[in-house]
Amino acid sequence: MPGSTPASLSADAPTSVGAPLVAAPAAGAAAPAVPRKRQRFSPWQEAWRRFRRHRLAVASAVVLLLMVAAIAIGPLLWTVPINEIDFASKLEGPSWAHPLGTDDLGQDVLARVLYGGRISLAVGLAAMFVAIFVGVLVGAVAGMSSGRLDALLMWLADLFLSLPQLPLLLLVIYLFRDSLKAVFGPEGGIFVMIVIVIGGLRWMPSARLVRAQFLSIREKEFVEAARALGASKVRQVVQHILPNALGPVIVAATIDVAAAIIAESTLSFLGLGFPPDIPTWGRLLADAKDYLDIAPHWALASGVAIFLTVLSINFIGDGLRDALDPRRVI
Amino acid sequence: MSRQYLIRRLLLVIPAMLGISVLLYTVLALAPGDPFSELAANPAVPPEVAQALRTKFGLDDPVWIRYWRWLIAMLHGEWGFSFQSRMDVDRLIMQRLPTTLIVIGAAQLLAILVALPVGVLAGTRPYSIFDQIANTLAFVGFSLPTFFTGLLLILVFSIQLDWLPFVYRADIDATGWRFYWEHIKQSIMPVMVLGLFQGASLVRYVRSSVLDVVRLDYVTTARAKGIGERKVISRHVVRNALIPVVTLVALQMPIVFGGAIVTEQIFRVPGIGSLLISAMLANDTPVIMAVTFVFSCLVVLCNLIADVLYAWLDPRIAFR
Repeated sequence: MPGSTPASLSADAPTSVGAPLVAAPAAGAAAPAVPRKRQRFSPWQEAWRRFRRHRLAVASAVVLLLMVAAIAIGPLLWTVPINEIDFASKLEGPSWAHPLGTDDLGQDVLARVLYGGRISLAVGLAAMFVAIFVGVLVGAVAGMSSGRLDALLMWLADLFLSLPQLPLLLLVIYLFRDSLKAVFGPEGGIFVMIVIVIGGLRWMPSARLVRAQFLSIREKEFVEAARALGASKVRQVVQHILPNALGPVIVAATIDVAAAIIAESTLSFLGLGFPPDIPTWGRLLADAKDYLDIAPHWALASGVAIFLTVLSINFIGDGLRDALDPRRVI
Repeated sequence: MSRQYLIRRLLLVIPAMLGISVLLYTVLALAPGDPFSELAANPAVPPEVAQALRTKFGLDDPVWIRYWRWLIAMLHGEWGFSFQSRMDVDRLIMQRLPTTLIVIGAAQLLAILVALPVGVLAGTRPYSIFDQIANTLAFVGFSLPTFFTGLLLILVFSIQLDWLPFVYRADIDATGWRFYWEHIKQSIMPVMVLGLFQGASLVRYVRSSVLDVVRLDYVTTARAKGIGERKVISRHVVRNALIPVVTLVALQMPIVFGGAIVTEQIFRVPGIGSLLISAMLANDTPVIMAVTFVFSCLVVLCNLIADVLYAWLDPRIAFR
């Protein structure tokens, strides 16, 4: 939806800020007679205008797009295999043959970083969807059903919030690793589990957010009108309440992607994530840390990749907050 | 603060702890793998013997009875035996816990010392150059994962400059001032990693909290009375702005413990975080359960302290 707006807006960027104020009275007076071209902003255009004002967020969006493009297309262009062992050229610094150097087995770091990025981003996005799905579901149910169910669900959210995430994450992975591996295979099993566990431990903030939004929106007149017209509860939620509660949820979702990427990298870094032969960013960093004195390029390559991704996602989240959730101060 | 509120809040700890223990036990009970699977697979052990052992240890009882037994044992301090370290789990944890608490405490102190002045300055001059720089640095700070910051610090201060040791040693053979100096030197990097990460997110909370308070009428009144700006900020604004920050510090504690695990692992600090990782790599289940439980208890405790502090700082809370 927001993707369709930039072309039309960037053309008249300087006037767009003041234009609605000027155009409004004129349009109000002459609207029925003169079909004059007037400035009309859909909510998404308005959001895009506000997002564009956050310069760091726009820059971050460009950086993130470049990184996603590199991860998506890169392995097609840079066809060096990720596991070609070559002891003759191990722990070499950057060169033309290996732009980011090689690791302790002589494998190409660039190819491994590109491959690892796919996993990190896939885990981040999938875990975000799990977290947001559960969060919206719980928040919506709690927000619509005040009373005992609401209290129970919020108690549950508080309980989950006071759990130490990383130890619990480690515990679950430690206990369920082997059986999932048997069902889904070594890669798929770990992927499914990491996504579910990371997402399952991050639904609480969005649940509380959605509930708070629901509590205020469901008392608004337009929902009351829908209720008076006989809209069922599901219809009220899907048609009227949820679309209006979506802004803060999108912001939370963005932040969740960053958090999930960090969580996955932390697991891999601690040696409890994906199997050792799959080069995720965290795993690369963990392998590289023992060679920090002779091959710092190895650790820096994957570390900077994580940092840039997370930083740009966080900035985009901040920009989206300005755009979609203007009342928030933080 | 009313005694009633304190008692009510203390009583709320019980369902929270019970909920956490049920959750942890559910995870453990759902997990595949049977402590007696090796016994069952061993051809030298007849199946009747294995079955008798199972009955003796109550492995075939319904799950709630097993939970109840486990809970009673935990409450009695019988936390099991570590196969890896060859000692009781509770003693092992008591040995390791102080180090973790000292590192986390020092890091929190550093975070507050950094975040307070920066956050207040940024909040009193919103959208100034200083505010923008502080905001950007804060973003960088909490986007840098702790494991990468740790490696960067090692790269700079241990390898390039050779100022600080990057392995934490518990057995320093020195006495007097030297002993303390060595300990401080090796704690600097772990504390910095954790503290700066914490401080970065705290800066934003302090800033927004100050922004909220500065707009209030009583601040205008204070200024109108002719009190100097410096005094208005320090006496009137900061005191009230810090109240919500107390809660936010407590809400951050689960993340801090996560960071502590990573930091202890990188710098090989002998705390319970590195104990957890080494136990996982060695399949030492009693230690893993106990450490996870201890971390949960610490989080609940921090929440309790924050709530009590909050009610003490802002008496309106107790009368909700």
